[in-house]
Amino acid sequence: MAELTEELSRVKAEEPAVPSTDVRVHPNPEPAKEGTPTVIVDDLHIIYRVYGAASDTEKGNAVNALMRLVKRQGRPQMKEVHAVRGVSFVARHGDAIGIIGRNGSGKSTMLRAIAGLLPPHSGAVYTNGQPSLLGVNAALMRELTGERNIVLGCYAMGMNPAQVKEKYDDIVDFSGIGEFVQFPMSTYSSGMGARLRFAIASARSHDVLLIDEALATGDREFRRKSQDRIKKMRDEAGTVFLVAHNLDVIEETCNRVIWLHKGKIKMDGDPQTVLAAYNKV
Amino acid sequence: MSQPESAIADAQAGGPSNGTPEPLAKLAARYGLRRAIARPSLLVYLRQLWERRHFVMTYATSRNVSKYSNSALGQLWQVLTPLLNAAIYFLMFGVILGASKGIDNYPAFLITGMFVFTYTQRSVSGGAKAISGNLSLIRALHFPRAALPLAYTIQEFQQLLISMGVLLGLVLLTQEPVTLLWLLIPVALALQTMFNVGASLVLARVGSTARDLNQLLPFIMRTWLYASGVFFSIEDRVVGPNGAGLPQWVADIMYFNPAAAYIELMRDLLMQTHPARPYIWAVCVFWALFALLGGFWYFWRAEEKYGRG
Repeated sequence: MAELTEELSRVKAEEPAVPSTDVRVHPNPEPAKEGTPTVIVDDLHIIYRVYGAASDTEKGNAVNALMRLVKRQGRPQMKEVHAVRGVSFVARHGDAIGIIGRNGSGKSTMLRAIAGLLPPHSGAVYTNGQPSLLGVNAALMRELTGERNIVLGCYAMGMNPAQVKEKYDDIVDFSGIGEFVQFPMSTYSSGMGARLRFAIASARSHDVLLIDEALATGDREFRRKSQDRIKKMRDEAGTVFLVAHNLDVIEETCNRVIWLHKGKIKMDGDPQTVLAAYNKV
Repeated sequence: MSQPESAIADAQAGGPSNGTPEPLAKLAARYGLRRAIARPSLLVYLRQLWERRHFVMTYATSRNVSKYSNSALGQLWQVLTPLLNAAIYFLMFGVILGASKGIDNYPAFLITGMFVFTYTQRSVSGGAKAISGNLSLIRALHFPRAALPLAYTIQEFQQLLISMGVLLGLVLLTQEPVTLLWLLIPVALALQTMFNVGASLVLARVGSTARDLNQLLPFIMRTWLYASGVFFSIEDRVVGPNGAGLPQWVADIMYFNPAAAYIELMRDLLMQTHPARPYIWAVCVFWALFALLGGFWYFWRAEEKYGRG
């Protein structure tokens, strides 16, 4: 099967490339039927490289850099973390899949691989359209005002100026931060920051939506608002993946649950069965 | 139910019912699913990059704004930094070390060299960090990764426009006349920018895997600075009677260094007394095209791997 996969991937590589990041304007040409596969994960392995923390402590000085290079020869302080170890499953149109597991079980790593942001070590992820991770935090800058960050975040998610203009007021309204939008984000309370980030990230609609514990932000009022928003996005999206530690949310919104343990699928099935087994451990 | 195999069994439910398991890759092909991570063709990649031009520009501007947002003088530092730099270098090399021997209008010579070199230096060192310093961004959002090194160079370009204003003012102060040649300054800057973009793309890919590059870079940059004839005339010091007395071809090779070439070109344009180098335009055009095309191709080749870090 591995050979077949390789064969196929080679065939795929020779095909004229299709603009894969370009799905934001036009959804799939023919609306996918209920039950059609939208995401196929085939024996996925992901290995992270982690470098020794020492490299951050001494910076800038050229002599230091040379010394370290000499000392390190033949003994690189690099560790490999095998985060996902051979996961396979098929997600279908209309699925809302919850992913549960302990910290460090590979949940977020797997989501990033599905989103096409992390290259697999071996195996493959096949998708229909471009899955998007719900989250824009990394693109924002704390020193800048909320206004600038809204524009920056929208562009980072691939919007054009007209779309940014159209969404701007909606984002400010939804976040409910009011005139604070003119202050730098570094002056925000953590709740305000989280609200603005969620408002920006959820301003776009997606084909395949990946949500990584985005629910537990802000006060109760905002949590209710954001859950409504996520429900709406879920209805618009064909397939949803949801990573959360809050099992109630998963039970409420998902029709299938995958339990990851140490990078492998421990259980995959309907929420009642899997959650019952998970709670027993 | 409780094993990964159940997922594969699940996959077969939609497949042909002849009993043999269908490989997942085949199932994907049957439903027209594509690999989640795949490198687009070079043309498609260029188009995607063009579609992200607003992001690139906004990101560059945002970085420039946030850089000085904590200081009381704020954006004024964009002008003050080059001015202070010029003052220090003039004091060190012009007054104390007396490197000005035999060079007409040494202040203009030095400051031009310094500003032109700084532009390339900062673009290249920025490029080296563009991927390795933004891993969280790369692991969160989709965009052509070349947008990052490009944004870093554009950020430096915005800074350079201010520096050029300072430079032109200082050059005028040293009694250089405004000539028609000044009209060519934008062309020279465009060529240098093309080189900078290409070089920072190369360094971005190298820096994304070679972690020690960032430690080594200041060292390389200082060597490059001394080899590029910023403080002295390469011709005088290498070939001339007061210099090392080496053959002419050594100087010719040193002038082929892209940084030296762009510095010499700008001096030719700004200073009337500066002796023009032969073939300088050809060298500058060559480096611009070579670096931009080669750098872009080299960076694109690893596009799908940058998330790994």
